[in-house]
Formats: sequence, structure tokens, C-alpha cells
Amino acid sequence: MALLLFSIVASLSLGSVRLPLTEVWGILIHHVPWLSGLESGSWPEQAEQIVLKIRLPRVALAIVVGASLSLAGAGFQGVLRNPLADPYTLGVASGAAVGAAFLLLTGIQFAGMGQWTIPVVAFGTGLLTLALVLRLGREQGKLRMETLLLSGVVLQAFLGSVVSFMVSLSNQVVNQIVYWLMGSLSLHGWPYTAALLPYLAVGFVVLVGCSRPLNLFALGERQAAHLGVRVERTKIVVLVVCTLMTAGAVAVAGTIGFVGLVVPHLVRLLAGPDYRLLLPLSALLGAVYMLWADTIARTLLSPTEIPLGVVTAFIGAPFFAYLLRRRKSGAGRAG
Amino acid sequence: MKAEQTSMLAAEGLGKRYEGTRVLDGVGFSVRKGECFGVIGPNGSGKSTLLKLLSGVETADEGTVTFAGRTLGAFGRKELARRMAVLEQETLPPVGFTVREVVEMGRYPHQNWFGEEAEDADRLIGAILDKLDLSRMAGRTLEHLSGGEKQRVALAKVMAQEPELLLLDEPTTYLDIGRQIQLMDRIREWQAEAGLTVVAVLHDLNLAALYCDRLLLLHRGRVAGIGTPAEMLAEERLAEVYGIAPIVTAHPALGVPQVLLRPGGWRGTDD
Repeated sequence: MALLLFSIVASLSLGSVRLPLTEVWGILIHHVPWLSGLESGSWPEQAEQIVLKIRLPRVALAIVVGASLSLAGAGFQGVLRNPLADPYTLGVASGAAVGAAFLLLTGIQFAGMGQWTIPVVAFGTGLLTLALVLRLGREQGKLRMETLLLSGVVLQAFLGSVVSFMVSLSNQVVNQIVYWLMGSLSLHGWPYTAALLPYLAVGFVVLVGCSRPLNLFALGERQAAHLGVRVERTKIVVLVVCTLMTAGAVAVAGTIGFVGLVVPHLVRLLAGPDYRLLLPLSALLGAVYMLWADTIARTLLSPTEIPLGVVTAFIGAPFFAYLLRRRKSGAGRAG
Repeated sequence: MKAEQTSMLAAEGLGKRYEGTRVLDGVGFSVRKGECFGVIGPNGSGKSTLLKLLSGVETADEGTVTFAGRTLGAFGRKELARRMAVLEQETLPPVGFTVREVVEMGRYPHQNWFGEEAEDADRLIGAILDKLDLSRMAGRTLEHLSGGEKQRVALAKVMAQEPELLLLDEPTTYLDIGRQIQLMDRIREWQAEAGLTVVAVLHDLNLAALYCDRLLLLHRGRVAGIGTPAEMLAEERLAEVYGIAPIVTAHPALGVPQVLLRPGGWRGTDD
């Protein structure tokens, strides 16, 4: 948690205008209602504007998106019992992308929703995709995980090609579509964070409630059933909740990869497979990761912004490879 | 005063179909408390399906299963798991949990939402680990254990569940003769100590004869006979069900029937 706090303050201080860390910390404290008496130093009005109006909303969004994707990834990995599962395995992101691409291509905007049109539609198409995958994956009234994974892969491929098709049709908006796909948190204000927060909160509570059954899942579905776990119900609850978080994150920020896959594994390597630890730590670590990735994305090549998805992949992949090698050469978890 | 022999588990008229093929037909039997009841039969006779119906993971198309006086469907999943445990034939997957953590998972049916129980189970788990010689490796993760060690952990886990009825699904399939005896001996010890009832699906007829009080012979989904090993392991009966002509002889030390195979003579069983 301390890491998160530090990251927040650091991220707020970095940017095209560099602000001293203490100043940022002072501004933040001053604005927390019950702590404002503690800090009453002086700082330029402009600094306060930058921190609160421009950077803080973005920081908040990064935290919420990062936590959502990591939690969803951990949930999917637990219930699909597949370490390669990530939030996009079941095709949710591709579904959301189709919605977004379609809107960008046709320029349709629903009256009354304005700039909310894309997120809302993307969310909707993401959920539709889940419904479709669940239908395809049902066999004899039960959800078979292998079938589910295959349906997800098929749907992902199909929807991906639909998006590519739309990209090929467009001339002017190609950039916009591709840019959306690569993920970005820029120019998204507090409302986006507020929209995603309920899904994250509900998702977190539900998943943490399922931590022990998720632990038992690791032994196998049949073993878990024999120990009294309601297997089918748990599967559906976890899948739906994780999909809601993923669809929300993607709708708001585009398809940012590597977070949902890498962060839970990182936590596993550091803290073990117990879901009671894995879930909260994944959320925290995911938030921190996303925060730093976004900070790098907007400051490294300032004033150009590198797409967030690119940064997460660039950092995530090599770091993960390093961790895997260290694990192989070192001993396993201490007994 | 005659001791009442209570029926722990009973089945009546069980039938099950998979995609149109009849797998079980009119299966009925009753298992007494404290008994070791074996289910034997050739491949495809429906043994695994029967076990799935008995453990509640699948529901029968016809017939009923009664456990401790109530129909199986009347039990909640956790409630059932508190009284009935299943030992599978597959070894536990190489997960990153430690031996102790896996054995603790056996307590799940007895724990509430927060993972707490009425009585602290640490002592019970410690005793089980000692008994199965697992204390030394309590902190090691499963991925670093051998197959035989993992099988002991699986047994420890079901012991931690403290069931009244134990279902065994061909648990000796992947074990060598030494480990087979070790496992069955430990289960028999457990039965003597706790009055445990055991229903074991076994493909090894000799093992079944050595450890089971009564046997159910299953043939093409139907009951071909229920009785003591001496009654069930008779040459003509085995020839009819298995399609070979084995020799049945008495065990030199224990007197129970043992089946000796001889090459040749496979007549087929027109399956």
C-alpha cells in the first residue's frame, strides 16, 4: 500500500511541468477534508491546478483500470485453471473493440450520451460476447472449461477480423480506431473513474468472497465438488464478475494488454497461490503497475503520448521473463 | 439383544443414460455401517458412473440413492461433504500449495464463510500428518512431491474431512503393490478406529477379496450378483462376466478366494 501511495505522489509530480514531491504531497493532504489542517504551506496556484484538475483524475483512472484488469485476470486464471488465461481470453475485449470500432467508423453518436457513447456501446458488445461464449461453452448443462476456452479463442479471432475489416474500410478514422485499440487514459476525466469504480468494488468483494473455493478449484473441479464447492455456480459468478470488470476497463481505456496476465503471475511468484492473498495483492500491484506505465507513457517522449498498451507490453514482457528465469534458477518457495 | 445393522448407503432401481446409451439399469444394493463394500466389474460395466451417482456429482435418470436415511438430493453440497468423502484415482495436480495447506482444504465443508470452525482443527491435522508420515514434508509444496507421497496427501485430505462414508474410485490404479497394500491397510485402520463405512470401486479382484466384506459384481450396467468374496469370485461367474477362464484358489494364509490368470481363452463378452 505504501508503494501505491508513493507511486501516486510521484506520478502526480512528473510531467511536462515537474513539481516537487513535497509540494504535491502538501496539495493532496490539504484537500483531504479531515486532514487539511496539517498542511498549510504555500504553493503556486498553477501547481494546484495541474495536480488536481489534470493529473489526479488520470491517476485515479489508472489505479481503477489497473486493479480491475489484474483482479479479472486472477479470477479467470483461477476458474479456468489455466495459467495462460487473461481477461481477454474469452473474447470480451474483442467484443468491446467491435463496438468501439463500429462507432468510430460510422461516426454514430447516440443523442444524449455524447462522449459516453463509445464506452457504453463497447461495454454492451463486450457483455454480448460473454453471453455468446457462455452459450457456446455449455455442454449437457455444464460449463466445460476447455470448450469455453476454445469458444473464446474462436470468437476473439472472428471479432478481431471484424475489427480489421472495419479498419480497412475507413480512411480518415483508421488512426482513431487503432489508437483506441492500443489503449489510452488521456483526456478521460473523473466520470470515467466513477463509472468503473462500482464494478471494481463489487468485483473485488465477490471475488474475495470466493477465494477459498477458488483455492479448492486448483485441485480440480471434481475434487472441489467433493469438498462441497458449488462448482457450476462459482464458475458463473466468477466469470460474470470478471467480465464486468474487464468490459468496463476496456470500454473506458481501450485494450490494454499484459496487465491481467502478468500481474497475477507476478503476485503468485512472490506470494504463492493462495487466493486470499492473491486477490488483494493483484489489485494493488495492478494499480501500481498501471500508474507507472501511464506515467512513463505520458512523460517519456513528452509531449507525444505513447499508447498505454505499448508501454505495458514493453515493461511487462521482459520483466516477467526475468522473473521466470530467476525462479527457475533459484529454489522454490521457502517451506 | 440383536445389534441393529443400520444401512449407511442404499441404492434402488438406479438407471443412467448417456446420450441415448444405457449405462446403468436397475441397480440396487444396501451398504451397512462400518462395512467395506466393493464394486467390481469389467471395463464399461458402469462402475465409474455408479460412483458418480453415489457421490452426488451426477443425478440418476431413474431410481434413488439414500444416504444415512435421507435421499441424496435432500443434502446440501457442503452438508454432504461433511459426511461423505471421495478418494479419486488421479493423483493431485502439482499445485503450489504446501502439504499442510492441501490437507487443511479437507476441512472446508466444516468451515463457515470466514474459514473458521466450531473446534480448532490444528490438532486433528497434526495427528493425521503424523499418522501418514507426512509431518516432515508438511511445508513442502505439492509440485515437489513424488506420486506416492501425493497419494498419501490425498488420503490425509479425506481423513481431515472426517466423513462417515468414504467412496474410493479405483484408488490403486497408479500404485505399485507395496503402496497398494499401504493404502488399503491405512484405510482399514481408519475403519477400525472410526467406524468408517467404505464403498470401493476396484478393478483388482484379489485386492477386493482381501479387503472387502461384500462385493457387488456389475456387468453391462446391471447387478450380476451381491455377496461375499467367496460367493462372487466363483470361476463360472467370472468367466461369464469377464470372458476368460481364470482359476480361483484359496489364499494360503487367509483363506479368501484369489484369482489366478492364465493366458489364452479370451472368448469376448459380446459387448
